[in-house]
Amino acid sequence: MSVRHDVVIVGGGGAGLRAAIAIAETNPSLSVAVVSKVYPMRSHTVAAEGGAAAVIKDNDSLEDHFRDTVGGSDWLADQDAVELFVNEAPAEMIQLEHWGCPWSREPDGTVAVRPFGGMNIERTWFASDKTGFHMLHALYQTSLKYSPIVSYDESFATKILVENGRCQGVSALDLRTGKVETILASALILCTGGAGRVFPFTTNGAINTGDGMAMAYRAGVPLKDMEFIQYHPTGLPGTGILITEASRGEGGILVNKDGYRYLQDYDLGKPVQVTDPEHPVKKSMELGPRDRLSQAFVKEMERGRTIPGPHGDFVLLDLRHLGEKKIDKKLPFVRELAKNYAGIDPVYEPIPVRPVIHYIMGGVDTDTDSATSLLGLFAAGEVACVSINGANRLGSNSLTELLVFGARAGRAAAIFATQNPDLDVEALEKQGADEQDRIARDFIRKEGGTERIATLRREMNETMESGAGIYRSERSLRDTCDKLMELRQRFSNLLIEDRSLTFNTELTSALELDFMLDVALAIGQSALARTESRGSHQRTDHPDRDDENFLKHSLAFHTDDGVRIGYKDVVITKWPPQERVYGK
Amino acid sequence: MDKTMELEIFRYRPEQDSEPTFQTYEVPFHTEWVILDAVNYIKDEIDGTLSYRWSCRMGVCGSCGMMVNGVPKLTCAAFLKDYTGKIRIEPLEGFPVERDLIFSMDDFIAKLKSVKPWIIRKEGEDKPLEEGEYLQTPRQLVEYQQYTMCINCMLCYAACPVYAHDNTFLGPAAIALGQRYNMDSRDQGRDQRQEAIASHEGIWQCTFVGECSAVCPKDVDPAGAIQRAKVASTIDYFKELLLPWGKKS
Repeated sequence: MSVRHDVVIVGGGGAGLRAAIAIAETNPSLSVAVVSKVYPMRSHTVAAEGGAAAVIKDNDSLEDHFRDTVGGSDWLADQDAVELFVNEAPAEMIQLEHWGCPWSREPDGTVAVRPFGGMNIERTWFASDKTGFHMLHALYQTSLKYSPIVSYDESFATKILVENGRCQGVSALDLRTGKVETILASALILCTGGAGRVFPFTTNGAINTGDGMAMAYRAGVPLKDMEFIQYHPTGLPGTGILITEASRGEGGILVNKDGYRYLQDYDLGKPVQVTDPEHPVKKSMELGPRDRLSQAFVKEMERGRTIPGPHGDFVLLDLRHLGEKKIDKKLPFVRELAKNYAGIDPVYEPIPVRPVIHYIMGGVDTDTDSATSLLGLFAAGEVACVSINGANRLGSNSLTELLVFGARAGRAAAIFATQNPDLDVEALEKQGADEQDRIARDFIRKEGGTERIATLRREMNETMESGAGIYRSERSLRDTCDKLMELRQRFSNLLIEDRSLTFNTELTSALELDFMLDVALAIGQSALARTESRGSHQRTDHPDRDDENFLKHSLAFHTDDGVRIGYKDVVITKWPPQERVYGK
Repeated sequence: MDKTMELEIFRYRPEQDSEPTFQTYEVPFHTEWVILDAVNYIKDEIDGTLSYRWSCRMGVCGSCGMMVNGVPKLTCAAFLKDYTGKIRIEPLEGFPVERDLIFSMDDFIAKLKSVKPWIIRKEGEDKPLEEGEYLQTPRQLVEYQQYTMCINCMLCYAACPVYAHDNTFLGPAAIALGQRYNMDSRDQGRDQRQEAIASHEGIWQCTFVGECSAVCPKDVDPAGAIQRAKVASTIDYFKELLLPWGKKS
């Protein structure tokens, strides 16, 4: 038994919905399935706050957006991909405006833009400070008008189906019934988002467990640049709730325990007074890139100049000089979050913040059409690595990336599906039946395990933080990889108490942990092999960038003996690597 | 975590239970916890079989709505310090229960679609992308902005006396989202939404008790949206009656 569509998309967040609409508009005769483990409006795009970058104003240029992005990436981004990205970004953003996204406006009715870290000019579109939320709901609501789009909500994809060297569908657990469905299609697009939950302290929601990365990896597709993990410099201690970079774009400052703007000690420029009309200076101080700001925090902590707290050390994000009116107009969600989750009203008190896992630059290796090395398999959004982000993503490029590469994936998958209509149905249904058996045997009917899911997950989280955090070394990474291998062994002794088929969320937690253990090891091994420091990947034992040996993308391949690491060249079209300079 | 608290949680597993029961858990807690933290503690450390929805834990994904002591709440934004004694947790009222704290969203999804929650332009009046964005002043944005804040958490349905009595009523969130597009200066589709929004008697039964607005965690004010929809529909009615040649402007 199986169901059949032309294209199946796994994940109903920003990239998945944009891809679905692109297919429906490219060829309305194609049937599109959106398989999502949550209702699409719950997808984590919803949590993005600050904005989405695209050149729209007369004083800006595509070349500037290109250079900011490539420099921000520490030259690990592919320049052909970045060029295409900045070129297509404005039309994609205008398209979303036409679909009703409530962008904040200038008095004349044009779209407003704000400054963001690492960008040399104001080019970040925003919808107050709930940009991701508004983009996701605009995309979801717009997607409802296209009848070829069929939703499989609360359906958890567990395995990519490959036959004759082609991806031809996916197995997905219908959470409501517990049935594993075989969903066949000529093309599959992974849009499952990130994997922040492999770490303990993250802005990511519970659902961000790297499912798509692990499925592609198991199907033989390499994961690219997995060692590059972004710490956002301003999360609330304890919960990890994100306080948007837009708060610094609007003029907020970071100070240490003495009220001192410590970033000036870390090669990020000199501060100008907050009352100076020049403040905030672009690409300087608080508007430096995320990797450098998070690293500065660690150094400042080592100097004993941060503030100790029950959930680790923190520094202070001070917005008071912005005033209540501006905070309520531009940053209302920041005020709401700080009041609710930190008991702090930023109008009157500075907000305690510390670096928090936010985004993974790495992901499923794709080309600029979002195609992977496996025929028929595409990927877009955070799950993918094109790469436009290289070793460090600039804030507000990822929401735009969802649109540009979601749309490209949709169009490319539509063409592929039209050209490859025939499927090996019988063999695929056999694979689907085998997957149903595997889930029943290894999980639902599993007897006698003793390891709690939460225990293994906590130990995985702890070892990722201690060994693969902001600063790493061969020793810390080896310890982490060893620990992950031990956890993989112990996973086979997992305790499953829930035997039911209806919304068995213990089963989904187990499957997510299974995926996360694969993703975590790919991160650890990729980081171990890269004996240089670049962007967000900082090796204390190899503190310098090494272009001679590592101006390359890492590729992590799944093998029966574990992870195999390979490399491929970075595409440099017009801007050879230079020193990465901020605050000058 | 030296202190403990009691949570009394609604349990229903359709494959084994003929009817719902309540199960009480004793949970050690931190005073800064939200209700969701306590429920997660149970899931992780005490009873892996408890099922519920959650994700962002910052009040924006809309997944974790539950009845807390009989009141609809986002459990990631309901703080333990605001409660004393045993806390009773149930699925949001007014929906079919699938299992434990998980209820069916099918009805809402169908209703949302019925109000055509997307920008509708008149035939031939779409602006080409090359001509840039539609202009919309900050004042025009404010007109509908409040209604864009709906996170589809379903708290307003759980609080709505009309929906409880008659679940064919379109309900607060769907009407607010229909109004969100009706009042957007870029939209020209109000006529196409009117049948869904104004035809059902539910909108006229809504007595402006405002329960929906009271429980809304995002201050959307669906009750206000329903009142505005009523007024607009009444104006339509009189225009058609008095000016049959003018129709709706």
